[in-house]
Amino acid sequence: METLDYLLPQVWFGILALFLFLYVMLDGFDLGVGILSLTSSSEERRSILMTSLSNIWDANETWLILMGGSLFGAFPLAYGTILQALYIPVFIMIFGLIFRAVAFEFREQANRKWFWNIAFGLGSFLAALGQGFALGGVLEGIQVDASGHFIGGSWDWLRFPSVVVALTLIQGYVLIGSTYLIWRTEGELQQTHYKTAKIAALTTLIGAIVITIVTPIVYESARSRLFSQPLIYIFALIPLLGILLIWQLWQSLEKKKEALPFVWTILLFLLTFMGLALVIFPYIIPNSITIYQAAAAPSSLVIMIIFIGALIPVMLFYNIYQYVVFRGKITVDEGEIG
Amino acid sequence: MDFLSNTVVLSRMQFALTAIFHMLWPVLTTGLGIYLVIIEGLWLKTKNKDYYHHARFWVKLYVLNFGIGVASGIPMGFQFGTNWAPLSEAIGNFFGSIIGFEASWAFMLEAAFLGIMVFGWERVNPIIHYIATILVAIGANLSTFWILTANSWLQTPAGVELVEGKYEVIDYVAAVFNPFMINSVMHMVLATLETSLFVIGGISAWYMFKQRHTEFFSKSFKIVLVVAIAVAPLQIYVGHLSGEQVQEYQPTKLAAMEAQWETIPAGQSADWSVLAIPNEKAERNDWELKIPQALGYILELKPTLSKPVLGLKEWTPEQRPHLLGLIYYAFRTMVAIGFFLAGLMLVTIFEWMRGKLSPDIIAQQRWLLGGWIFAAPLGYIAIESGWIVRCVGRQPWTVYNTIRTSDAAANLPPGNVLTTLIFFAVTYTLLLFAAFYFGRRIILKGPNLELPLPGETTPILGVNPGQFKPDQRPTEAQQ
Ligand code: HDD
Ligand code: HEM
Ligand code: HEM
Repeated sequence: METLDYLLPQVWFGILALFLFLYVMLDGFDLGVGILSLTSSSEERRSILMTSLSNIWDANETWLILMGGSLFGAFPLAYGTILQALYIPVFIMIFGLIFRAVAFEFREQANRKWFWNIAFGLGSFLAALGQGFALGGVLEGIQVDASGHFIGGSWDWLRFPSVVVALTLIQGYVLIGSTYLIWRTEGELQQTHYKTAKIAALTTLIGAIVITIVTPIVYESARSRLFSQPLIYIFALIPLLGILLIWQLWQSLEKKKEALPFVWTILLFLLTFMGLALVIFPYIIPNSITIYQAAAAPSSLVIMIIFIGALIPVMLFYNIYQYVVFRGKITVDEGEIG
Repeated sequence: MDFLSNTVVLSRMQFALTAIFHMLWPVLTTGLGIYLVIIEGLWLKTKNKDYYHHARFWVKLYVLNFGIGVASGIPMGFQFGTNWAPLSEAIGNFFGSIIGFEASWAFMLEAAFLGIMVFGWERVNPIIHYIATILVAIGANLSTFWILTANSWLQTPAGVELVEGKYEVIDYVAAVFNPFMINSVMHMVLATLETSLFVIGGISAWYMFKQRHTEFFSKSFKIVLVVAIAVAPLQIYVGHLSGEQVQEYQPTKLAAMEAQWETIPAGQSADWSVLAIPNEKAERNDWELKIPQALGYILELKPTLSKPVLGLKEWTPEQRPHLLGLIYYAFRTMVAIGFFLAGLMLVTIFEWMRGKLSPDIIAQQRWLLGGWIFAAPLGYIAIESGWIVRCVGRQPWTVYNTIRTSDAAANLPPGNVLTTLIFFAVTYTLLLFAAFYFGRRIILKGPNLELPLPGETTPILGVNPGQFKPDQRPTEAQQ
């Protein structure tokens, strides 16, 4: 029983991290493409950008819904406390996602496309912004009382470090969006995104450096964890690997590889994620609530492993199948529904 | 304007607004999803081109709905955390896990195969495409199943134990199969199906009324009819069962639905009021029109009742629902629509048997077609009314008889909730107009009967897929 009380929340921490990673990676490139569409010069280009997402954005977004639902079930206390604390960024994200979603359907039908173009681009931007602030807000910690209920103010999430986190996340999305477009498009459009990918790689690098320096300085607790004995080697390794990956990414962009930049970017995301997970664990709200305090009762966690965890391979399978069906470079007329 | 500074009231208004709006869209995705399975199956079986073109036409409406359904569904899930944090903590063990099941079982399935269903005609062979269509329909109906399970548990919590203010599940099976669950799922599945049938029937009737593609749309009209023979009467029966369950498990709700102030003892004539003006201050109805013994027949099929029907006065005002007029008339609206739709179905079947529906003369049945056009939006009204009965009637409880709505709400600055509420009101109004506008355009434009069958165009996979091809099809095919 004792070990179960530890093991089950850890398993769920892992599953949630996986869902969040899949979401950030998959919807990350959707949102990145959306943000990039704001800079697109022609209607034709915007059509290609949106077509490149039309059949997959919804499945990608579903990882967020799945992450939310699983968090609700596995760590009910955290679900309430985090979302209440982050009321404003969460609703910024929600309204962004609403506009992004309907833009896909309505732009297709509309004669005057400009409104839905803006809804798509700005919606994607707002969603990314909200997520960035939410992430920053959680990392910074949330003020809670003894039983874990939120007692802070509604603007607590807005601090300098969370601004850096938000901007970096947006850069990251632009980066993965550009590399996705390099992979899925051709010709002039592809050339453009070799350029945007390079810019985004640089700005993401700057953000990452700032965060790496700021984190131990600003967050005392992070400092003590980061510099404790065995962990320090791992944490020293992460920036090194990160620099290596960015170097590889840069090389692949220079050599005009098609799929490789996307792969390197994904690995970069994965690395960042593992770093984050290490900093946060075993907390779910850094420094105040551990996963053990927030966890649902063991009976619920077990049932959820059976009904959600066991389905992960199946869900991955049919998502991958979909990518296989729609492989190849984008042509615009496939966006046609009727 | 007290309520502007009352977070509980604002959060309730926001939840009500977003739920009522969200509920409009999954109706067609679930119901029309089943219809698409039927029509695509008919195409595969008969190889009749018309059925293929039907599938392609109705999918357009499906997609329009789907986007808004997803967009408005996201805030629903998150609101439990943002606005109802204490509730989330208390019910998360069970309710949260069910929301998780909904995502993993239903949403993911639907989302992953929707792309193939909508865009995949040329990419996969017809059998795989058909499987995708079936999986999308299963996904949509599974989400009805899970969400109604969750909601039913709020109405009749079972299989749980309250430990330090939190529900722990001691029996998952009992919690999932809580007393309301099976009936509510059936009522809801039938509701989406029935509404979709009358929407499809109504749109088909409109085309025939205008004598556009009369023969083509007489096909969809008849499929609707055949399915409605089973669905419309069954819905009345299942609705009746719901009523019986409410009587047994939620007496306060039943009293509100009937605006019944005094208890009717067992064995006494149970009258039923058709119309009334409830007066909550005076604790009586200022005026009412009663049918003697009808309530006895409605609940038990006999003039008197074996169990008493408790009146509202049995409880103090803090223990019973308010907004009686809303609950009372919402219920009657739903029931009236249920009977109207079943009646319309019967009349139409009768005309069909008399041979009045053959494609060459169907356009002359002006009244009948007019009736169907009128009926198209009614299902939506019934569904919204049903939810008002269910949710407003459950008050003052969020978890019936245990957690009060006022204890369930998070302690947020009212200004925050008011701001998001206003944003929702504005955004959703805009979306509603846009949906009407684009839906109307799709319908005015009509089906594209020139669309080549899959495989008749150049297969995309074989040919150099790299080129960006400007749309070269005839303008009719372009949007
Ligand atoms: C097309 C839609 C539709 C139609 C024709 C009907 N209903 Fe309904 N009704 C619903 C759509 C609906 C609903 C939206 O699906 C509800 C709301 C929540 C639920 O589970 O079902 C509902 C709830 C609901 C409830 C409340 C259940 C509860 O609170 O748990 C009752 C008692 C009835 N219905 C009874 C009826 C009767 C007697 C009908 C027939 C004459 C009827 N309904 C037709
Ligand atoms: C199955 C999904 C649903 C669940 C779990 C659910 C649950 C809830 C909750 C938690 C609240 C807020 C707390 C409360 O006032 O008790 C609420 C209120 C409300 N919901 Fe539902 N609801 C669901 C679906 C719907 C739908 C689809 C509609 C409308 C079409 C609806 C209509 C309302 C209304 C009108 C209120 C406000 C009641 C009031 O505060 O007086 N609900 N519901
Ligand atoms: C408070 C209650 C509800 C919550 C929390 C909720 C949650 C959601 C969410 C998050 C989505 C988007 C999923 C996606 O991205 O694919 C969605 C869509 C959907 N919802 Fe709801 N929902 C509620 C009420 C209902 C009810 C009562 C039904 C019953 C018919 C329903 C049926 C669906 C269906 C079929 C979809 C699939 C997407 C679509 O077809 O539009 N929902 N819901």
